[in-house]
Amino acid sequence: MGKVMPLSGNYAVAYAVKAVDVDVVAAYPITPQTAVVEKLAEFVANGELDAEFLHVESEHSALSAVVGASAAGARVFTATSAQGLLLMYEIMHIASSSRLPIVMGIATRAISAPINIWCDHSDFMAASDTGWIMFMALNAQEAHDLIIAAYRIAEDPRVSIPVAIGYDGFVVSHTLEPVDVIEKEEALEYAPKRVSRPTLDPDRPVTMGSLASPDWYFEFRVQLQDAIENSRETISEALREFKRRFGREYREVDDFYTDDADVVIVSMGSTTGTALVFIEEARRSGMKLGLLNIRLFRPFPEVEVVKYLENAKAVAVIDRAVNAGSSFVGPLYSDVVVSAFKKSLDIPIVNYVTGLGGRAVVKSHIEFIAKHAYSLVGKKMREVKKHYSFIGVRE
Amino acid sequence: MVEVRWHGRGGQGAVTAAELVAHASILKGYYALAFPEFGAERRGAPVTAYNRIAEKVVYDRSPVLNPDIVVVLDSSMVGREVLYGLKKGGLVVANTVRKPSELAEILGRDYMYAAINATKIALDVFRLPIVNTAMTAALAAASRLVDLEHLVDAVRSRFGARLASLNELVLRKAFELTEVG
Repeated sequence: MGKVMPLSGNYAVAYAVKAVDVDVVAAYPITPQTAVVEKLAEFVANGELDAEFLHVESEHSALSAVVGASAAGARVFTATSAQGLLLMYEIMHIASSSRLPIVMGIATRAISAPINIWCDHSDFMAASDTGWIMFMALNAQEAHDLIIAAYRIAEDPRVSIPVAIGYDGFVVSHTLEPVDVIEKEEALEYAPKRVSRPTLDPDRPVTMGSLASPDWYFEFRVQLQDAIENSRETISEALREFKRRFGREYREVDDFYTDDADVVIVSMGSTTGTALVFIEEARRSGMKLGLLNIRLFRPFPEVEVVKYLENAKAVAVIDRAVNAGSSFVGPLYSDVVVSAFKKSLDIPIVNYVTGLGGRAVVKSHIEFIAKHAYSLVGKKMREVKKHYSFIGVRE
Repeated sequence: MVEVRWHGRGGQGAVTAAELVAHASILKGYYALAFPEFGAERRGAPVTAYNRIAEKVVYDRSPVLNPDIVVVLDSSMVGREVLYGLKKGGLVVANTVRKPSELAEILGRDYMYAAINATKIALDVFRLPIVNTAMTAALAAASRLVDLEHLVDAVRSRFGARLASLNELVLRKAFELTEVG
């Protein structure tokens, strides 16, 4: 086992990237991610990590550079936040459709305008249709561990899809906490470098990124959909193996007290921790609340989610992002509602949007959400008048 | 679980102080979080940072609203306005020239007080009014939440040799001179 170090979320990610011995890092600084790649630059400069560190002129170039390096067979890493992720958006599709096993860290942050450097999930959610496998880590330990698992998943020849690990900007990225750091030898035993894909090699020429006419393009997109759908088993296997080796269990979703819960709160990221503390207090005073934490966001673990909602009488989905003008408002809400509808779960499922732009999410917000959702117990979905509300916003 | 709130001004090292305390607590075997009230970084502007320290994993990462301990790094900020939400019987650790009994007269007898002239120690040793390490030692002296030797270890692993030895000197002086009322 490794040793416990006091690390921020950003440094925990950097230590994981060092442990898996990446070959190429390309990055452009943006708050709150910057400290990850600063630390990696330090590791490269002092000889602790034998990698090429590319200082590029934008996030578009950062992801383009790791696309090129991954195409040549390198193990690669980049990280970003907010506008930086949006600038990568174009290349994110190219990375996934080219089936390159890139791993990226996302210290989640609000999107401009107005400029705001603080935490919400607007950036992460904006990337949710890019064909990447996406996780959200609850704390620095999880960010560290999931980065290492991400390489095993991405480079598995049955998968060959890029993986993004989100963690809440500042709330995780800049919080110092104890992290059990995995050493290089054990990280590489768990996630050995695998280059089973065709790579750019002058001796064995291949073409990548060429034009695909209507005769071909469709098949590429279907193959990506099939691959990410089929990645579920590999992901689950990688997480089970992680537990076997390192003792820490990560499931696609975490369920707390859902067995007998009247109301289940569904949440993602650091809000889950605050919700858990509230729910444990509320249960002592007789409120039967349950909690579901979404760790794997793409592919969305719909079977697991519905399994834990089946016995509930109402569901409260907490989002930290808004898809303005959509039929659903909160992006996580849309996935939960569709998953439930597919299993004909006719209970009120309501959306609570909170914590935009770093507005603190505190226990009293969770209390309000829980009580409001409780008031809907006994109703059917079509009887719910308003499907979303904003919590913690000024009138 | 013990919750600590730090008040200081940009440049005094409140965030680093919270991190050193978390580091020392982790060395003591506790689970500890240190996090700032994330704002734009400006020298002289009020800065708030937090600790949550417990025997088990701490899940709640929201700002500390009802601290057990408030530490005030800037003598000009020692006043009722930084005590909001402090639990009755809670501890105030202040950088001040006053005695704990004087603080009790000014700020009320609902709380316990520890006083240290951290600015003087910092000026004597660093020739700069950077009081954060002194205040971590004052917290250790007043609360036993962290041990002085763990703070020394945290300082050694965080700073280079020269700065670490100056900070160690500050820690030991401040630990010695803290008055608890």
